[in-house]
Amino acid sequence: MMYYSRKKLALVILTCFIGLLLCLPNFMSAPSPKIPWRQIHLGLDLRGGSYLLMQIDLNVLTKNRLQTLSDNIRQTLISKDLGYKDIHSSDKDHTISFTLRSPSEKDAVLKALKGMPKAVINEFSISDAPNDQITLTLSEDAMKQRGSDAIAQSIEIVRKRIDATGAVDPSITRQGEDRIIVQLPGVDDPERIKKLLGTTAKMTFHLLDENATNPDFPPPGVTFMPMMEDPSKKLPIRDHIEVDGSELTNASAGMDQQNGEYAVNFQFDTAGAQAFANVTRANIGKPFAIVLDNQVITAPVIKGVIPGGSGQITGGFTVQKATDLALMLRSGALPAPLKIIEERTIGASLGEDAIRAGAISLAVGFALVIVFMLVFYGHFGFYADIALFANLILMTAILSLFEATLTLPGMAGMLLTLGMAVDANILINERIREEVRNGRTPLNALQAGFDRALSTIIDSNVTAFLSHVMLFIFGTGPVRGFALTITIGIVTTIFTTLCLSWMLIIRWYAVTRPKELPV
Amino acid sequence: MLGRPLLHLVPHGTKINFMRGRFIGLITSAVLSIASLILFFHPGLTLGLDFRGGIVVEAQTQGPADFAKIRMELNQAHISAAGLQQFGAKNSVLIRLDAPKENNAEATQTLINQVKQAVTSAQDGTKIVRADAVGASVSSELFRHGLLALGFSLLMIMLYIWFRFEWEFAISAIITLILDLTKAIGFLVITHFEFDLVMVAALLTILGYSTNDKVVVYDRVRENLRKYHSMPIRELIDMSINETLSRTLATSLTVFLAALPLALFGGASLSGFAWVMLFGIVVGTSSSIFIAAPLLLFMEEGSLRRRAKKIS
Repeated sequence: MMYYSRKKLALVILTCFIGLLLCLPNFMSAPSPKIPWRQIHLGLDLRGGSYLLMQIDLNVLTKNRLQTLSDNIRQTLISKDLGYKDIHSSDKDHTISFTLRSPSEKDAVLKALKGMPKAVINEFSISDAPNDQITLTLSEDAMKQRGSDAIAQSIEIVRKRIDATGAVDPSITRQGEDRIIVQLPGVDDPERIKKLLGTTAKMTFHLLDENATNPDFPPPGVTFMPMMEDPSKKLPIRDHIEVDGSELTNASAGMDQQNGEYAVNFQFDTAGAQAFANVTRANIGKPFAIVLDNQVITAPVIKGVIPGGSGQITGGFTVQKATDLALMLRSGALPAPLKIIEERTIGASLGEDAIRAGAISLAVGFALVIVFMLVFYGHFGFYADIALFANLILMTAILSLFEATLTLPGMAGMLLTLGMAVDANILINERIREEVRNGRTPLNALQAGFDRALSTIIDSNVTAFLSHVMLFIFGTGPVRGFALTITIGIVTTIFTTLCLSWMLIIRWYAVTRPKELPV
Repeated sequence: MLGRPLLHLVPHGTKINFMRGRFIGLITSAVLSIASLILFFHPGLTLGLDFRGGIVVEAQTQGPADFAKIRMELNQAHISAAGLQQFGAKNSVLIRLDAPKENNAEATQTLINQVKQAVTSAQDGTKIVRADAVGASVSSELFRHGLLALGFSLLMIMLYIWFRFEWEFAISAIITLILDLTKAIGFLVITHFEFDLVMVAALLTILGYSTNDKVVVYDRVRENLRKYHSMPIRELIDMSINETLSRTLATSLTVFLAALPLALFGGASLSGFAWVMLFGIVVGTSSSIFIAAPLLLFMEEGSLRRRAKKIS
């Protein structure tokens, strides 16, 4: 224990030197793009920016799934010439049920249902009640899978939409089963992005039912939908989707040549173009509504066949609105609406203030601890101070290596670590003092002091380590940053105390061979 | 170069009879903790945005903020129950609102926009520096996670001490930690610092720090149990505390000194955290001496002794 070789000491000092090098990237920009330049990222609370936590509306997903299945069942039964009554779906129990026309057809109906595509029928369990009712229940697993797929798909779409706004360095991550975290550094007014992400952008083309006039009593298969520009005006839209916006291949904002209004130009794929041509051919002279998320953008009268699959939407857009609509159409519709359930925006100036306050606190706290150690522990306190300094460097180095995000609580964590860091030195020094008082020789006192303090040091640090690991696991956002800095701090503290400052003391002893220890 | 220390914290050979004050210590601690518990239920913690849910908007006005005008603008926008207060500097305004009753994302979005609008139109050149909204479901989830973190930490600490020491040590430590924790919560109620995730971090830090302190004293008690077979436990504990007193005070002071600047210059968002930390350091240090050790004494003396013999 007592004789550390020069080699070992050199290794420890080298580690600290490497730490110093790893700290450098935080203070200057990369000299060459080839050099890996890892640095600590500043959290949104220090640099300003927006944080959005969004949750996918799984109810809508279920509803859509049940709707599609109901349609499928209807078509299957009709094609097999089997009768049914009262088909209805329940969002609450995740079921679809209908009544048979006659009990004798039960086997045929069940056979027809089981003949539906495997991918469809595997998601459901079928049960038949004695009163000729058949119920299909959506399975939990299938819904979970769909929710998970929907989140993955949503993340892609969210990324496309945010990238198109030119936001710098955005971070989009999944959280749990149904959530997405979006972090936008430097964006301190997230209005536009919130609007972009809050729009499902499901675009569909419908015909109107011109006989329906009373919005309070819509005929079956018709829904009165508000106009986007003037929600008090409602149009009778047929539920049947003539052409689906998911068949678009491209959309861009432009100018309407005739009246100079901003417009969105779009282009269908082959199947979409075919459907579009057919509908326009069959309905010349009738209005054709373009619906976005249950709002009618526009409902122009069809003037002639549109064969090429390209079209234009006008609806009193501003340039921003036209650009955003084109963007949303290009990026595709979200599988279900995303709701913003947590939002935090911090202005850049507030972040700067926080950094300044944190840096001042850090510097003053550091200075106070250094002076304290010199006053109360003299020579050995000086070694503790060297260790403290190395500790600060190593902590910064490891945080840089991890490319960790430094938050305001994280800075507080660093400060507290610095306060606790000298504890191990204090423990050793106090022990040495006791051993000296007990009349041991300097060498014996050093040895015994260190050995006895060691188990205490380990015990006290492991408990602190455990509670901060808990904090890291259960904490979110800035609190995790706090837990991370302290956890790293505990590790670097052990290293700098047990290796660096202790080795320095041993070297000092080996070189000077004092008759008495300065404790 | 540098020689001996200029000062010693505790004079050599200190022999304070701490155990004589054990009842006073325990009773004082129990009374303070019970008072804190009462405060916890009434009036209760000031919950921060994280746990309460709702909206907070912070704005910076050019020149001193005109609260009357801002209040008028908010009234005109039919925004009621808006908590309006100065936040640090004279030109800084903080507006708090509960989450809209409908508890849906859209209503919250509308509300936050209305508040921003009202504040910026009240005075020219007003800038929104912070705008946070937390939904009710998220806040209750955060609250649950915060409590879980505290609970699991306590459990882990107890298991570790049990593993490294004996169950008597683990139980006295946990009782002391719970007493410390309740006092910190009482402090939060009295000072009206908002209880949010950052405060959970502060409480956990206090737990970690306080445990650390107790472990050092316990370590010495265990060592002395093995060394002095016939010394009465009471004397032995007193001796152990005296022997570790210098270290206990020194570490408390360094942590205190490190956290003090944060409380003084850390800015509005972190000074609350730092004050709670400072309070926790004082409580944690005193409880190591006056609570954790006496509790150990109350535990079955015989069994401690027996086991110590067996180990040595």
